[in-house]
Amino acid sequence: MTATHDTVPFAEAIAAFDPVLGLETHVELGTASKMFCGCPTMFGGAANTHVCPVCLGLPGSLPVVNRTAVESTIRMGLALNCRIAEWCRFARKNYFYPDMPKDYQVSQYDEPLCFDGYLDVTVETPDGPREFRVEIERVHMEEDTGKLTHAGGATGRIHGADYSLVDYNRAGIPLIEIVTKPIVGAGALAPQVARAYVTELRDLMRALGVSDVRMEEGSLRCDVNVSLSRPGEPWGTRSETKNVNSLRSVERAVLSEIERQAAVLRDGGRVIQETRHFHEDTGRSTPGRSKEQAEDYRYFPEPDLVPVAPPRDWVEQLRATLPEPPAARRARLRAEWGISDHEFQTLVNAGALDLVEQTIAAGVDSAAARKWWTGELARTANDRGVELAALGVTPQHIKRLEELVGAGSLSDSLARQVLEGIIAGEGDVDEVVTSRGLAVVSDDAALLEAIDAALAEQPDVADKIRGGKVQAAGAIVGAVMKATRGQADAAKVRALLLERLGVSE
Amino acid sequence: MGLIGADLVRQDAATLARAMAEGEVSSEEVTRAHLDRIGEVDDRVHAFLQLLSTEALDAARDIDRRRAAGEQLGPLAGVPIAVKDVLTMTGVPTTCGSRVLEGWRPPYDSTVVERLRAGGLVILGKTNMDEFAMGSSTEHSAYGPTHNPWDLERIPGGSGGGSAAALAAFEAPLAIGTDTGGSIRQPAAVTGTVGVKPTYGGVSRYGLVALASSLDQAGPCARTVKDTALLHAAIAGHDPRDSTSIQAPVPDVVAAADEADVRGMRIGLVRELRGEGYQAGVSQRFDEAVAILTDLGAEVVEVSCPHFEYALAAYYLILPSEASSNLARFDGMRYGLRMGDDGARSVEEVMSLTREAGFGAEVKRRIMIGTYALSSGYYDAYYGSAQKVRTLITRDFEAAFAQVDVLVSPTAPTTAFRIGDKVDDPLAMYLNDIATIPVNLAGNAAMSLPVGLAPEDGLPVGLQIMAPPMADDRLYRVGAALEAALVDRWGHLLIEEVPAL
Amino acid sequence: MTSLTRADVEHLARLARLQLAPEELDHYAGQLDVILQSVARVSEVAADDIPPTSHPIPMANVFRDDVVRPGVRRDDIAAAAPAWEDDRFRVPRILDEE
Repeated sequence: MTATHDTVPFAEAIAAFDPVLGLETHVELGTASKMFCGCPTMFGGAANTHVCPVCLGLPGSLPVVNRTAVESTIRMGLALNCRIAEWCRFARKNYFYPDMPKDYQVSQYDEPLCFDGYLDVTVETPDGPREFRVEIERVHMEEDTGKLTHAGGATGRIHGADYSLVDYNRAGIPLIEIVTKPIVGAGALAPQVARAYVTELRDLMRALGVSDVRMEEGSLRCDVNVSLSRPGEPWGTRSETKNVNSLRSVERAVLSEIERQAAVLRDGGRVIQETRHFHEDTGRSTPGRSKEQAEDYRYFPEPDLVPVAPPRDWVEQLRATLPEPPAARRARLRAEWGISDHEFQTLVNAGALDLVEQTIAAGVDSAAARKWWTGELARTANDRGVELAALGVTPQHIKRLEELVGAGSLSDSLARQVLEGIIAGEGDVDEVVTSRGLAVVSDDAALLEAIDAALAEQPDVADKIRGGKVQAAGAIVGAVMKATRGQADAAKVRALLLERLGVSE
Repeated sequence: MGLIGADLVRQDAATLARAMAEGEVSSEEVTRAHLDRIGEVDDRVHAFLQLLSTEALDAARDIDRRRAAGEQLGPLAGVPIAVKDVLTMTGVPTTCGSRVLEGWRPPYDSTVVERLRAGGLVILGKTNMDEFAMGSSTEHSAYGPTHNPWDLERIPGGSGGGSAAALAAFEAPLAIGTDTGGSIRQPAAVTGTVGVKPTYGGVSRYGLVALASSLDQAGPCARTVKDTALLHAAIAGHDPRDSTSIQAPVPDVVAAADEADVRGMRIGLVRELRGEGYQAGVSQRFDEAVAILTDLGAEVVEVSCPHFEYALAAYYLILPSEASSNLARFDGMRYGLRMGDDGARSVEEVMSLTREAGFGAEVKRRIMIGTYALSSGYYDAYYGSAQKVRTLITRDFEAAFAQVDVLVSPTAPTTAFRIGDKVDDPLAMYLNDIATIPVNLAGNAAMSLPVGLAPEDGLPVGLQIMAPPMADDRLYRVGAALEAALVDRWGHLLIEEVPAL
Repeated sequence: MTSLTRADVEHLARLARLQLAPEELDHYAGQLDVILQSVARVSEVAADDIPPTSHPIPMANVFRDDVVRPGVRRDDIAAAAPAWEDDRFRVPRILDEE
């Protein structure tokens, strides 16, 4: 169903209305086993092979809480500056759906494990960076559902399908939900704030080591809530947009929803509380099937599980395991490396931050490390449409390259060829150098041979040089470089040539 | 003393175990005798839904072989047992008395069944029950009622009527029941047998198909207090697969049953659980039993538990609420019955048709009550309030146990009523549990044992003993003393007076 | 306490996925109403200062280690499934996106 939305252009919409955002993210934990049972969580097993009576919800089965999942949640809460509950319970969220083996989901309701926190994010504006504090309402634990595939329809989606198939491998994997308090005052920056928040959250989860947080794989999911109101008036009705599967989509979903709701309100209409489905290809959302009334989940405390009451000393132990927050780390590195905000941002945008830090840690000079990662390698990654980290080049490779360049056995251009070889999977630095024969030719005798050969080919140039036109040496140097397939040190060739001809610079 | 043929089914488990240990009789003989007995009488009693003749004889022969090889076996090894059809057993149909699970063969053993197997007990079969354990008469089984061996036209109690009837009909010397509001104790009372609901968490619920998760407990049933203690010791104990299971050693219930000494104990009569509403003969036999306890050296005082009058109401809110959630999984998608899937209907329709066809009326009633009690706008008044009443009842027990060691009451307000008498009147049916429910709400332990036949109808009367949480041993101490005194007086166990079938 | 109507029962039946026949609706409405009237008395004593009990025997922090354990064989669950296709449970068409 294609949507024909009337929309108000963003600038106009934002001039008339104040947006209020709410972001709900779900993080799939990278624990070895599921939230309530010992089934493996690893991605990609054959359908219905990572299941047991508990995660299948077989009659008589009972859940038992994964301690590591609780630890991860507490660490996430601490990293988000939350308070950690002294005592909390799980609750049952009751509704019928075929991907839910028990037809209820074990979650947390009015007693989340972590609450009242915040995450500071920075948004780039034409006037410079602006900080926003996104307040966190809660961080709580729940279990993931099974996976549905829909058969018989044209699109593979639910609508029009004849029947569906369920794989419960994913059912029971620990899912941590992070809910923001309403985000107000972002105004025109709302889309970027949303994106910056999810990005920062993702980086934080990675730094904590609790999840892969890959949106494209579903280990980080985001639902975007947006409402508009005229300045000074009460908040409007919010819509919820799902199927937001990338950082870029987060930004676009907020933007498009502001534009859409502005059009509805401008025409005197009412924004409906609904769940919408985002489409990557159009950058717009379409309405889901509208529900007449909000679902009644009949929450009550989960009787099969006992309360979670983390002792304060356990919480402090976990606090001590927190890594440096990404924002603080970035500020520290920027200061240590003494580079401009802009240069730093380029580095971050290229996905090179970790790699540069690791390369410097391996002993490479800061400027050299940055040069390689943000220059040649970033270009290559971009051309190939892959992430920097996926090229197969490691900080150790860079270190070795720099060693060889420093020792004079490789020139910069030869080093680039070595990198090509590494990326092509031909081996490590030394292996590629050997197999491709990329060593700098530094043997004077060999170079003189090549110089003589070049001179013999271009006798008139030789005369010019002898006659004082030193610049003409370039042609001979070029010929020698060609003959040595770029493996000669050009400066050295030039020096030898001049010496040979008895000419000084 | 040799045991032969039909004698075998009249023996208690302790005697059988000792006889087998001493080589007087084999488990195969004992098992065969019980299977024969079942063959003779179960067409009339209908205690069993599933008979495991082949498996039982195989297990019995295995025990005999291991014993002959000199292996050390458990105290009940080789003794046959019946298991209520609400506990999972790998590969064996587990119906919970419902059509919705007809034919379902679980792929896993409940912890209770695991421990029975580990103890060398021989499982004869699965017994009948009210559907999903909802009931006090076993009339709500989708597979037909069970009949009380004392009078086949009467109910054997519920929900665990099958297990109790199997004992009373000498079809098995031991049985496993489950108790959510009295489903072990009330059947025990109306069949003249012994049944115990352990402290909540005392026996693992892993593999026990849930009715009300915060109330359910599996427990031992037998014809004597000592047998019940032996079985209790075999199945109780911490299970890491059940988060609510108690992480403490099992109280020494067998030693307490052996000591059987109430001298110096303080016993409390619960004022709110006697008097009006209790059949005259029930009250009479109860009072006589209390007098015996005094004779045995206990001090009996009256205590008041004022909030017990709200227990029934709280129970009939909490149970349906939890049950409505626990039974949601029976939707025809993964196992059990599926109805109405013609390829055109939606999943919502198929789920609804399946559940309509698969569940009986009592189950549907309770699911709807539970759905209502939890629904938004009603939670505080219903479920929320019931949870508070639960706190008040727990406090009543705590205050009482500060004064006394155990509490006693009649187990049920009446003796066994006729099949059909109350089945169309839910509220009347619910009243059967009035004395047993408070214990489930507070989570402590209780026993029912037979104390006589009501003069007006000649039917068994049970006395309930209630102990503080974790003090299950006190049940056996008092129960064994009382039983011994009664056997002394009558010359035999009460169950010996059951009419021949 | 307001009385339970036929419409109320219809709503409950839908929430609970019970396809009740029309004649059942009135029958259940009557029975449920009686039951609900009698249990409503719990609110008489449920004062604000009384904490609710969700777990009868107080316990906290029961956990398991994050280790993988064997599950069930797919053949066993396939054998019990009402409908099975392509190694998955086959379920009728779903109308509502969740």
